[in-house]
Amino acid sequence: MQIEVKNLTHIYSEGMPYETVALTDISFEIDKGEFVGIIGHTGSGKSTLIQHLNGLIKPKSGSILIDGVDITGKDVKMRDIRRQIGLVFQYPEYQLFEETVHKDVAFGPLNLGLTQEEADNRVVEAIRLVGLSYDEIADRSPFELSGGQKRRVAIAGVIAMKPQILILDEPTAGLDPKAHGDILQMIERIHEVQQNSIILVSHNMGDIAKLADKVLVMDRGKLALTGTPAEVFRQSDLLESLGLGLPPATFMMRVLESKGIQVSTDILTIEGAEEELYRILTRGKN
Amino acid sequence: MIRDITLGQFYPGNSWIHRLDARIKIIWTFVYIISLFLIQSFWGYIPVLVTLGLIIGVSGVPLKFILKGLKPIFLIIVFTFTVNMFMTKGTPLIEIGFLTITEEGLYNAAFMGTRLVLLIIGSSLLTLVTKPINLTDGIEKLLSPWQKLGLPAHELAMMMTIALRFIPTLLEETDKIMKAQMARGADFESGNILNRAKSLIPLLVPLFISAFRIAQDLAMAMEARCYRGGSHRTRMNGMKLKKKDGAAVILMLLYLAVVISQAQGLFGRFI
Repeated sequence: MQIEVKNLTHIYSEGMPYETVALTDISFEIDKGEFVGIIGHTGSGKSTLIQHLNGLIKPKSGSILIDGVDITGKDVKMRDIRRQIGLVFQYPEYQLFEETVHKDVAFGPLNLGLTQEEADNRVVEAIRLVGLSYDEIADRSPFELSGGQKRRVAIAGVIAMKPQILILDEPTAGLDPKAHGDILQMIERIHEVQQNSIILVSHNMGDIAKLADKVLVMDRGKLALTGTPAEVFRQSDLLESLGLGLPPATFMMRVLESKGIQVSTDILTIEGAEEELYRILTRGKN
Repeated sequence: MIRDITLGQFYPGNSWIHRLDARIKIIWTFVYIISLFLIQSFWGYIPVLVTLGLIIGVSGVPLKFILKGLKPIFLIIVFTFTVNMFMTKGTPLIEIGFLTITEEGLYNAAFMGTRLVLLIIGSSLLTLVTKPINLTDGIEKLLSPWQKLGLPAHELAMMMTIALRFIPTLLEETDKIMKAQMARGADFESGNILNRAKSLIPLLVPLFISAFRIAQDLAMAMEARCYRGGSHRTRMNGMKLKKKDGAAVILMLLYLAVVISQAQGLFGRFI
């Protein structure tokens, strides 16, 4: 396996009056090429957890093994970790700073020690991958772009580093429905092209159900539940008690079931719901 | 890392000192600062230390927390100490090349150093035990007599409130941007001064943009709620002096009397 987190615990401002336990005894594994979704209520420790994964925060106790190497160790080079693990923060457009889009996207690759030429190639590739036209946008200032474009450029800045593991913290927060759909498609495309593992933090159960191979459910700093989307979203009572909902399609099926219509409630996506409804509605006719 | 700055921070609590009227605490602090400059000898520091110890004890703020606040100004303290040590004329004690350490110099250095440390501890104690919002309310009230002379007391207090309010926000913003750039391989810790200064650009540009955005949003939100500074504004919780505030004033006068009489040599015959 690629990532192995063992008994991770973290406390903020230890010994100060504001001391808070952010993570308690978290353990999980992620395989190479897996698409993992992390869900949880605001303040459940999702952001703290993902910041541990690329060494931005050091744990109080526990270990994080990436390809068998413990990144909490002292002699680990941060540059090597950051080369392997890309982290896209919430509202990543606020980290743009360069004069042109090209220079901004090249910032990460150059920090990894690539030559200017290699970096340039990666910039072209990354901008295409996020669905923007390189020729149109490369020489413009990132500050004159639209909100959705800015976010794509910021994400391009991370994927230009070609991480084997890409972590995205609510990449669709604050976007309109169209931009939301575009970003999701883009994530799927990156996953396909770069063949990397993806960890997606999201409040949107529909997105998680559609994309993820595995779901981690966080609650007050603890790992409440892990499993495939089908396994996790079957536990609707537990999810509700954690302040989380169901994917819209699953929710609809549950409502139909409660009205006495015999449908499968293991449906996760809109497409799945469509098929199931078609099956129910045409049952009598064939 | 960046969140660990303690200077100017509030330490939550509900002690007798926490509950005092902010105005009294501000005046107390002023009296305390002035008293430090009245003191002429090391003996004079004894009442100051006793008072400071009592206040810290009652407030319940851990001493470790207060001493942490001294860290950022450590260099200034060292500088003052060194300059005083070498620059005072008098009986030579040690001679190193052209530098001479005199007896008077050493005495002066220790004396000034102590004064500086006490000054900083005392004034940081004010913010540690007073909520920022109460502090600015207190300042506004104290400045209001000068309003008739055209001093914009309310505006000044409002500006301070906003500045204080945004310290944690901007620190958090800095922390966030720093982490985002570190995730892109930025290195803020190594290299020479020039490289380090250069490496701050990816941090400062987004930070300035954020600061302007936040300021604009706040201005808009205030405008939307028809904010007009200055006259005719009333408060939901007016500041009223209570018995314990009176007690604090009496203690303050006692303290001042002790310090002044010590400085005037009135205790000379006892020591």
